Amino acid sequence: MNWTVIGIWLGALLSLSLYSFLYKDNPFYKFAEHLFVGMSAGYWVIYNIKNVLIPNWWNNLVPAEGGMQPIWLIPGALAFFMLLRIVPKLSSLSRMSLSLIVGTGAGLSMTAMLQTNALAQVNGTIIALGQGGGLLSWISNIIIVTGVVCGLVYFFFSKAHTGVVGGAANVGITVLMVAFGASFGYTVMARISLLIGQTQFLLFEWLPTMGINL
Amino acid sequence: MSTFVEKLGSIDRRIIFIVMALAVILPLAFRMSLPIKIGEGPSKDMYDAVEALPNGSTVLLSFDYDPSTMPELQPMAIAMAQQLMTKDIKIVSLALWPMGVSLGNEALISVSDSLGKEEYLDWVNLGYKTGGGVLIVRMGSDIKSVFPVDYDGNSVDEMPIMDNINKLSDFDMIISLSAGDPGIPSWVMMAGDRYDIPIGGGCTAVSAPQFYPYLGTGQLVGLLGGLKGAADYETMVRVGVEDAPAGTATPGMAAQSVAHLVIMLFIILGNISYLAGKKKKRGAK
Repeated sequence: MNWTVIGIWLGALLSLSLYSFLYKDNPFYKFAEHLFVGMSAGYWVIYNIKNVLIPNWWNNLVPAEGGMQPIWLIPGALAFFMLLRIVPKLSSLSRMSLSLIVGTGAGLSMTAMLQTNALAQVNGTIIALGQGGGLLSWISNIIIVTGVVCGLVYFFFSKAHTGVVGGAANVGITVLMVAFGASFGYTVMARISLLIGQTQFLLFEWLPTMGINL
Repeated sequence: MSTFVEKLGSIDRRIIFIVMALAVILPLAFRMSLPIKIGEGPSKDMYDAVEALPNGSTVLLSFDYDPSTMPELQPMAIAMAQQLMTKDIKIVSLALWPMGVSLGNEALISVSDSLGKEEYLDWVNLGYKTGGGVLIVRMGSDIKSVFPVDYDGNSVDEMPIMDNINKLSDFDMIISLSAGDPGIPSWVMMAGDRYDIPIGGGCTAVSAPQFYPYLGTGQLVGLLGGLKGAADYETMVRVGVEDAPAGTATPGMAAQSVAHLVIMLFIILGNISYLAGKKKKRGAK
């Protein structure tokens, strides 16, 4: 039995079942959707036990060379507390684990986030207009500086958006719309790319199993 | 009574789906090809940054994606591995996304086999660890304590490729192929800015606009955005390489272009229909 061919057929039939929703909701779509949700959940549970829990926790708690490391009972207990959210009387214990996660995450990323996404970006906006040389660089640098300043003015609500402030805010919202448009264009490209990838699978992997070679 | 132009605004969505499907299927089935012109830009910057690395350098390649974004990121992974291995640059790979491990392995093995490279000497896949940013911070001081064994369970201490690699700053460059977070933002934030290591990357088209500001500030040395970035890279890597394996991104771009033309056509038709309907209402008043 050729398992690769069976895999390809399963993939193809499930893909077509999912695409059938474009015509209208139907049992094939429902079946594929439910199968996907169930399989994903099951896969993730097993994957995390095998690749996260066992190597990162169990193998440290009970090392292969023997002996037990009781210190590793602490993260084990904290992980167990997270599961207690399903027991209403004990659910407050999960807050201990959550507070540790939130505290560590916030502490680690606070300065890094500020440096990477705020200070470095501000620094990148403070540029000499002639930087890069040539007329195009001049135009580009003016657009960057004007766009950032006017974009910020749009979000400045302590002064009525009238007169010069209103004009700058209008430029700001225009720049934001252009950015949203570019972002939407990229999103369309991404979705079409996924369709292309699945079409390539159907045309060049599935059809050849039926002797149809394009 | 509605005119033909007005009816265009209420075409059954299933007809639009069929036209879109044909716009994608036909260029692929007939192997339509459109020229891909590589100009100055983030893709070229990424290629040049890798080309500028001296032979024998070591690069950390992070596969931070899963099968849902394979059409965009897997061609990048293959082309990237192709360029790195052709230049005799060693690849230490890992994944911040669980499924990235096997996808990365697939890409590395296929390229390694075609170029006669050796695992543990020229490349290694360390596997997946959870933690994202926290994991990167720990790798900044000691990689081998975070990844004592590779994907197959072999000790990293016994691998020649890991002889001079102990912490992140031992890498000449970090490249993240990223479908979201953790991915490029985590590498830039926790590795690039903290340890001053050049970071490059490839990402899905959806997230590309979010990462462009990092290019302007030099926090990213280059960026491959979506299928277009993948096709650009495939094209650049294949230049001058005899019998280079055909990628999937380049043929996909012809279908992409046709699909975009169809979408634009529908947008124009929808607007014409809308304006015609508006004009008719005004006339009736």
